[in-house]
Amino acid sequence: MEHHLLSRVLWTPILGLAVLLFLPAHNKRLVRLWANVATFAGFLISLPLAMRFRSDLAGFQFVERADWIPSLGARYFIGIDGISLLLLLLTTLVGFLAVLCSWNAVQERVKEYYAMFLLLQTGMIGVFVSLDFFLFYIFWELVLVPMYFIIGVWGGPRKLYAAIKFFLYTLAGSVLMLLGILTLYFQHFNQFGYYTFEISELMKLRLSPGMEQWVFWAFFVGFAIKVPMFPFHTWLPDAHVEAPTAGSVILASVLLKMGTYGFLRFSLPLLPQASVDQTIVRILAVLSIVGIVYGALASLMQQDWKKLVAYSSVSHLGFCTLGIFALNPNGIAGSVIQQVNHGISTGMLFLVIGVIYERRHTREIAEYGGLAHVMPRFATIFAIAMLSSAGLPLLNGFIGEFTILQGAFEANRAWAAFAVTGVIFGAAYLLWLYQRTMLGEVTNPKNLGLPDLSLRELAVFLPLIAWAFWIGLYPKPYFDVLRQPVNQIVERVRPDYFASTRSRDRQGAVALRNPDPQEAPQGASQ
Amino acid sequence: MTQFYTATDHFTILPALMLALYGCAILLLDFWLFPKPRQRKGLLVFVVLGEAFAGSCLWRQQAWLSASGATQLLGFHGAVTIDGFAIFFNWIFLVAALIVALVSYKYLEIAGEHQGEYYGLVLFAQSGMYFLATGTDLVTLFMGLELMALSFYVMVGFLRAEKRSNEAALKYLLLGAFSTGFLAYGFSVMYGLAGSTKLADIAEAISARPPWDPVVFLALATSAVGLLFKISAVPFHMWAPDAYEGAPTTVTAYLSVASKAASMAFLLRIFTGPLAPARAAWEPLLAVVAVATLTLGNLAAINQTNLKRLLAYSSISHAGYMLLGLIAGNQTGINGIAVYVMVYTFMNLGAFLVLVALRRGNIIGDDLEDTNGLMHKSPGYAVLMLIFLLSLAGIPPTAGFLGKYYIFLSLIQTGHYALAVIATLYVAVAIYYYFKIVRAMFVQESTEKAPLALTAGLRMALGVSGFATLAIGIYPEPFLRFVGQASGLSFLR
Repeated sequence: MEHHLLSRVLWTPILGLAVLLFLPAHNKRLVRLWANVATFAGFLISLPLAMRFRSDLAGFQFVERADWIPSLGARYFIGIDGISLLLLLLTTLVGFLAVLCSWNAVQERVKEYYAMFLLLQTGMIGVFVSLDFFLFYIFWELVLVPMYFIIGVWGGPRKLYAAIKFFLYTLAGSVLMLLGILTLYFQHFNQFGYYTFEISELMKLRLSPGMEQWVFWAFFVGFAIKVPMFPFHTWLPDAHVEAPTAGSVILASVLLKMGTYGFLRFSLPLLPQASVDQTIVRILAVLSIVGIVYGALASLMQQDWKKLVAYSSVSHLGFCTLGIFALNPNGIAGSVIQQVNHGISTGMLFLVIGVIYERRHTREIAEYGGLAHVMPRFATIFAIAMLSSAGLPLLNGFIGEFTILQGAFEANRAWAAFAVTGVIFGAAYLLWLYQRTMLGEVTNPKNLGLPDLSLRELAVFLPLIAWAFWIGLYPKPYFDVLRQPVNQIVERVRPDYFASTRSRDRQGAVALRNPDPQEAPQGASQ
Repeated sequence: MTQFYTATDHFTILPALMLALYGCAILLLDFWLFPKPRQRKGLLVFVVLGEAFAGSCLWRQQAWLSASGATQLLGFHGAVTIDGFAIFFNWIFLVAALIVALVSYKYLEIAGEHQGEYYGLVLFAQSGMYFLATGTDLVTLFMGLELMALSFYVMVGFLRAEKRSNEAALKYLLLGAFSTGFLAYGFSVMYGLAGSTKLADIAEAISARPPWDPVVFLALATSAVGLLFKISAVPFHMWAPDAYEGAPTTVTAYLSVASKAASMAFLLRIFTGPLAPARAAWEPLLAVVAVATLTLGNLAAINQTNLKRLLAYSSISHAGYMLLGLIAGNQTGINGIAVYVMVYTFMNLGAFLVLVALRRGNIIGDDLEDTNGLMHKSPGYAVLMLIFLLSLAGIPPTAGFLGKYYIFLSLIQTGHYALAVIATLYVAVAIYYYFKIVRAMFVQESTEKAPLALTAGLRMALGVSGFATLAIGIYPEPFLRFVGQASGLSFLR
């Protein structure tokens, strides 16, 4: 706090960008090296946040607050709680790995490429740490432009179409979100007599149900397009398929989480009445379940390796939103864990595709087969990534999906019943993909001489694999970190929740996440 | 009614006087001092001096206002009013005129039309704008409008040898004269209602009548035609794309920024002054016009391949956004228009200046393809153009976002939710056509290698616009304070 630690994490990539601009563009090696150093430094700087973070404290930590635009009441106000901490660490790690994996893949306009990634990095970190809505919106939009270029310049054959589609979809959503923000901002002025964008201040608002619902839907459009929830998902397969590997990794691992994070940080705490409104919850849960099943079924049908993983994202993110709108601690904590999990496992899957695409320049599943004989190390890593994504016990995906399903079951048994089919389909399309590409005999002679993973490529995967096993084997630290913020959210939207569960807990039903039922209400009341 | 021309009167019109004097000096001295076209750059000295004097007079007016604590200073028995609003707009005109004058010489040399009158006309137009921002009397305003418009008719047709330029000027002149006729008719009805040409008296006379009074409506409708024509709002926008395309690009920049700002000031004076009591009548009317303007401007821009036409349609849509601020009509809305005008000045000038730089040798440089691969050729200018385009679209952290922010906020404050939703969705449409240019610059390969036509003046002007566009976006506080004074619009309801 005293060292502006969070600010340093936030601005390190921009500092790296400033230096990068002065490096000679023709010296590609130097540019690459510097970009890797800068993002790695960004990751290292973010580690002390995890070490010094106190999971027993409620509220925000590492808070920094300074006047920025007094005329508007906008402040430079940043800080993190458990939810943002996890997503922030995911961002700094995956950001570094994405830069690392581009070493050979990108040969043209190298300097601009890394410049875009560094800009993107600050934008993404900013989204997860902003506690002022104006600041948040700036970072939210800042992300769009570099991503447009990453897809549009270094992407595949239909890159221009995919890039502008991504931009237009997300922009249309976020400008409507802006109207929601401005409504809250103005209502706050009406009720308290001064203008502010601070989230903690805006939480004091008392809005009429109609007003809350209008703001909720304005936010919904912005966040749902970003997540993307069914039926706003159509930009995602295009963007993923056309983006370069690193772009897909960032897109899947971090950018989509901005939407789910938005629901957790803004929609639920700021609009508690609308968030528990029966109709709204039902609509969102149904959209999530449709997303889960539809995404999984669409994945089953894909001939393109990358498109398959893209649709699987729709399915997995459906779990995340379902968890959120279960509106109980298990659902929400599971959702956050699953967001991190999805970042890890889908990130790995896209990296896997990047590795093979660099070697063969095709993503047709039919082109492959029996790769396990040619590239054993690669096959092992792909297996781990695939199983982690499919939710095999001992790996991370299981923890997230299980907790979400637990939460969904608690909220409505039918939801859990439908959602669980997504797990089954998920296992099906992933195992089938693995079988078609890795197992059996080598059917295509072009695949015979493919080199196995290099050390650098291995280095990209290892941290993610380690993290996947950590969450899968010992998830307690994660649940500990999440307990306070999650309980706060639940307390906020359902003030009577803990009173009723405590009596149920006494009867013997003990939540997986929260072995000591007495802890929850204490944390929430702080 | 004692003195004919007092010191106060003098003080209130001094900036315009300076500009007109230096404009005349340029016309008179041009051929004696600079007989050859190549030397005529020297005339810039006169322009800069004239602007410097005008600026210092503005500064003194501003100092007088803040020292005396008065909200306004009347000159000529109320025909001219110096208030925060007027001073703010005059600073905008000054910056725009100065920048345009600085960047013009190379462009005009390439076109073979580097004449001294050009600089004179720039200054004359600006002194006309001065009266549009300060005038509070129908006759003063009308004179200001005509002075500005006449200068622009000539400037639009300045490329005598080019058919497009001639056609544009003639079109602009004919349609302009027609719309001014409507305006004059509306003014005459207002005079008939009040028996006075002073805006304050007219406001009083109109407020004594019901808002839907047919005579008031007649005055309203006819003067609205003239005013909406000037800011190129639909359905009076037809001239804009042709005039913008045909005019020399430097003039297009001036026309799209300064003339639009001046006309907006004029429109605000009339609608928040004499017509304010009839708000119930014009608010729905203007709402329809604003939505139509946004729709047509944004949709028509999508298919343009000529950059000047594209920016012309985009500037039509910007007029729509500004109108929305007037429809909201509260303090935020008026403030928002002022912020919008300020950021629009820098970003739109900047975008046109890049087009000016593209005009080189025998390349006209106003086609979308002419920007192909600009990133490879001159990355700095491509990035600047990107910043201007992002700002025009209203993406943070650029200045344009702030302009839209105020407009949206004012709509939310006054409960115009439907208008707010429409206005925001057009941001997404706008990004599509602005990014056509971005795509050409950053993704396409370059077709020809001729370097950009850059001059010291152009570099400086681009630097200033780029800096302002970013600075207003990232740290707007000082700029917002500056705009705050524009809220001293004299009789806001």
